[in-house]
Amino acid sequence: MTGTPLLSVERVAVDLPSARGNLRAVDQVDLSLDAGRTLGIVGESGCGKTMLSRAILQLLPKKARLSGRVMFDGQDLAHCNPETLRKLRARSLAVVFQDPMTSLNPVLTIGTQLIETLQAHLELDMIAAKKRSVDLLAAVGIPAPDQRLTQYPHQLSGGMRQRVAIAIALSCEPKLLIADEPTTALDVTIQAQILDLLAREQKRRHMAMIIITYDLGVVAGRTDEVAVMYAGRLVERAPTQALFKQMHMPYTEALLAAIPKLETAPHTPLPAISGRPPDPTRPTKGCSFAPRCRYSAGRCESEKPPLVPAETSAHQFACFHPIKIAAGVGA
Amino acid sequence: MATLELTLGEDVQAQPAQRGRRLGPLFWAAIGWVVFVFAAAVFADMLPLPSPTDMDMLARRAPFSAEHWLGTDGLGRDELSRLVYGARVSLVVGLCAPVIGFVLGGGLGLLAGYFRGQFETLVVGSMDVLLAFPPLIFALAVTAFLGQSIMNLTCILGVLSIPAFMRVARAATLTLARREFVIAAQALGATHARILIRELLPNVALPLLAYFLLVVAVIILVEGSLAFLGLGVPPPIPSWGSMIGEGRESLDVAPRLAFIPAIAMFLTVLSFNLVGDTLRAITDPRQGAL
Repeated sequence: MTGTPLLSVERVAVDLPSARGNLRAVDQVDLSLDAGRTLGIVGESGCGKTMLSRAILQLLPKKARLSGRVMFDGQDLAHCNPETLRKLRARSLAVVFQDPMTSLNPVLTIGTQLIETLQAHLELDMIAAKKRSVDLLAAVGIPAPDQRLTQYPHQLSGGMRQRVAIAIALSCEPKLLIADEPTTALDVTIQAQILDLLAREQKRRHMAMIIITYDLGVVAGRTDEVAVMYAGRLVERAPTQALFKQMHMPYTEALLAAIPKLETAPHTPLPAISGRPPDPTRPTKGCSFAPRCRYSAGRCESEKPPLVPAETSAHQFACFHPIKIAAGVGA
Repeated sequence: MATLELTLGEDVQAQPAQRGRRLGPLFWAAIGWVVFVFAAAVFADMLPLPSPTDMDMLARRAPFSAEHWLGTDGLGRDELSRLVYGARVSLVVGLCAPVIGFVLGGGLGLLAGYFRGQFETLVVGSMDVLLAFPPLIFALAVTAFLGQSIMNLTCILGVLSIPAFMRVARAATLTLARREFVIAAQALGATHARILIRELLPNVALPLLAYFLLVVAVIILVEGSLAFLGLGVPPPIPSWGSMIGEGRESLDVAPRLAFIPAIAMFLTVLSFNLVGDTLRAITDPRQGAL
């Protein structure tokens, strides 16, 4: 695309001091994202997806140590002063969380939360802010939006609440929206609606979006690029089409295999990934996926595989024994 | 029949079913009593009452009569009048002291719970020191030094209530400050002041307000105890506590002199507790959430 990307994450590492020693949550991750594009970050629980997103937003827990650079819109978020950072966040960053139960303030009405955010960001007067709130709620597909303004979060269903959370995130016209497992707490029919809503608003506003999920099915049709994380490291990164045509990392394949499929017979056991992710306080010498990997052999146990380019430089993977045959699943 | 249409009309009712919470007669009786005591205290000067300090030595410990509805005390002062004027002291101290605690303690607790770090250590440490200090000695020392007055009494009790308010506010803030709506507000570039005032305060204020009414009741009792011990407002200003204290001397001949102010205090404290509990239950919008 164009010269400099909107967001570029360069050799970012996050360390969390814990009772059992240093916990490396994110390990030397490089990523970049252009304006108007969508990136999916995929990985199982505890692999550092959320910590990476918090590192981008500079909202890590106070004890955490961050190294590397997070360049956003020409500024290094990791090394700018709090006031600049706050203004930058206000203008161009927003986040949607997994659980809409806790991401809305329980004691303020939907209207108060939306209107105040709008007033703080866009310096609108009360009437204009209220009108815009109604428009936003309508845009995220909430029926009777003007009546919803006077309701409290607990009076709405989970899907509705997530729509409100999205409306609040969109209210300040962000350049980058980070959706941290936006559909995990919702049921499947609502999941598709919320994802479609996010995709639609993203196109309309030409904002960049990062979708964080454990579900490869979620990123399949809705992202431009996918990054697979395992144990804090990036293990495969590719344009979505290329990834689903030909995945190289055994972990990506295992993740895909763990999604239930409609055509399999009932009561077929799911091919779950055996074993558990490695203890992040005890770094392994070799590939961190090796103990669970069925292709593991030889130097997998003793040497860390670097990220190497596959057929194109956009497709990178970290594996000594990449899968050669096509996975056979279209995007 | 391929897809299921889920469309909602424009006129769809978004209003939820009203919460059918009935306020019992007990609640209204409590409200009634509090309002009655308040009105009596506020309009004491306009009521056709004899002076609470005029002594009638010929009618000491007089029984109930048309002239003295509740009789007179050991110095021949009108008991009803003293009860009404005593309500002033109890209510002024009982309401103003918790306000001091609410504002200072609540503010400190909110800041300590949000900013953490050294500031929190300092605040919690100094509150522990304040809690460890014997309250009676503190009250004695201050009244000995600054003199007995409603103002001093209010300040003493207010300062003594700060640690409790601080703890309630800090505990509530700690659980809220890492909640996602706060992080979402931070991600949207909200200032610390905005997060504290608009996101955290409305959440913390609810448990704090419920606690406030509880403290009002406690302070009324404490003020009574201090007055009973002679540390309250200076005589001849009547206060419920000092009336009970004075009535103690004639408990054998006229027990009503101690019991009437005691009953007034009991009813007032009970009413505040009842009102506080009920108000908390009906104003908490979170109670609908599972």
